[in-house]
Amino acid sequence: MTLMQVIFLANALVTIFAALMMVTSRKLIHAALWLVLCLFGVAAVFGMLEASFITIVQIIVYIGAIAILILFAVMLTQNAVDDSYKGNRRWLMTGLVALLALGGTLLALFTWPKVASLSTALTTAQLDIGLIGQALVDPQGYVIPFEVSSLLLIAALIGAIYVGMERKGEEK
Amino acid sequence: MSFVADPVTFIIDWLQRVLGGWGLSSGWVQFILFALGAILLTVGPMLLTVGLIWVERKLGGRFQDRLGPNRVGPWGVFQTIADMLKIFTKEYITPIGADKVLYNLAPILAVGAVLGVWAVIPLSSTIFGTNINVGVLYIMAVGAIGELGVILAGLGSNNKYALLGGFRAVAQLISYEVPMVLALLVPVMLSGSMGLNDIAGAQKVAYVFLVPAAALVFFIAAIAENGRAPFDLMEADSEIVAGFNIEYSGLKFGMFYVADFLHAFTSALVFSTIFLGGWQGPGAEQYPILGFIYLMIKTVIVYVFLLGVRFTLPRFRIDQMMAVNWKLLTPLAMAAILVTAIVDKLTPGGFGLVRIVALLVSNVGLLLITNWLVGAYVRAHRARRQVVSGPRTVVVAPPKPVSEAQEVNA
Repeated sequence: MTLMQVIFLANALVTIFAALMMVTSRKLIHAALWLVLCLFGVAAVFGMLEASFITIVQIIVYIGAIAILILFAVMLTQNAVDDSYKGNRRWLMTGLVALLALGGTLLALFTWPKVASLSTALTTAQLDIGLIGQALVDPQGYVIPFEVSSLLLIAALIGAIYVGMERKGEEK
Repeated sequence: MSFVADPVTFIIDWLQRVLGGWGLSSGWVQFILFALGAILLTVGPMLLTVGLIWVERKLGGRFQDRLGPNRVGPWGVFQTIADMLKIFTKEYITPIGADKVLYNLAPILAVGAVLGVWAVIPLSSTIFGTNINVGVLYIMAVGAIGELGVILAGLGSNNKYALLGGFRAVAQLISYEVPMVLALLVPVMLSGSMGLNDIAGAQKVAYVFLVPAAALVFFIAAIAENGRAPFDLMEADSEIVAGFNIEYSGLKFGMFYVADFLHAFTSALVFSTIFLGGWQGPGAEQYPILGFIYLMIKTVIVYVFLLGVRFTLPRFRIDQMMAVNWKLLTPLAMAAILVTAIVDKLTPGGFGLVRIVALLVSNVGLLLITNWLVGAYVRAHRARRQVVSGPRTVVVAPPKPVSEAQEVNA
């Protein structure tokens, strides 16, 4: 077993443990923090695959933005710090849905014909971030998904401003 | 490669030969060298902080017409060591009801996030922790972990002032990330790379002379990310006592203290790497040690500017802090990106005089327009502000005739 495999196994154990703790911890705030650790583990997996850009983006987006947003939302909820929460009563149904989703994803992944050819390491030329940028605005590439998602985000932003705006002259 | 010109590469080569001579495999040699480098890059800045704290207190004293530390040693240079010894002996107090894990994790994250930045800074053309191709994004990502530390400290302390500090920290730090990232896009565009080594190496002319608008936005956003005056709302001592670190004592408080002082110096280091050319200077290519000296000189200059801002400006109100970010810095950064992209594409590449002058003129024009707009905005809002009581002329009552006064008395 090489050093890399040892590190990968240790990281995988930590990530899975963090994921388990996230869904089982009684305090909401601890669940949010276990989520941070879990996402960090995923970032480390990307890092071990030498995909530096995805690693950093994972940390910025999921830890820097989303995790802090979740923490902030949790801080503002009533039972953020009390541990009287007894868990979800419909855990069986939830678990079933989660299992189905996971099974579907795995099925889709393993029936994907390219999955066998993905195991080669990326070359330095493929790690060029400029290629990602070009692919995002290339008509042959991903320009339509990219533009559609930016349109969605704009719509969400405008909606948030509309909801959050104080209208002048309106009774509160 | 001689020892004097490039000591670090010399030592690395020597260590590689020695360890290889002991019969270690090349993988283990590399592992040991990386570990040594990591230890040096974390211990070095931590020790540097001892000096930084003295410099900051002494200069701060001078800025504010005080003496600063002047009792322990000549000019008080050993004051920090005395403070350190004191802080080591202090008791750790964990408040009742505090979340122990969060409470103890927060100081570690705060220091770790600052030290993490040092891993990607090219200290000279040959001395750097690692050269990843997304160095600029890495700095932002590591900063996000520092924010997490502040939030955890505010949340875990079970103290309302700490929680208020945490709330303010989230609002401020996340907001100021936006103009910071936008301002960082400009040097990325000019150099065509996100790696800090490439950005520093590409600056035959320092970017601050090409894009002063982006440099200014980054400088202000860096002060705000640092959480110091005039952006020290999260530990505003006159409002919420000490903010997020109110409950910490002993070395745990010391960790926040170190993180604060080191963060200021690290911000200056990042600024001089990205906008002042990093290690670039005459002879830095041949003698990498000179590059390190140039970088430190530039960093100290920026650092003194940072201190000047810290010790002379009063604190922003929270709405002013938000207005500066969303109404001034973010639009200015976006405009700077647009202007730089257009001017850069219209002029020939390289560091020709035409390109430099065009970029400089367009950026200075942008700053002047911004200044004029801000002035107009301030004048318009000042005119509309309601005045509780306008200025009145002083009225002095005329002296009463003597007879009248006597009547009243009678």
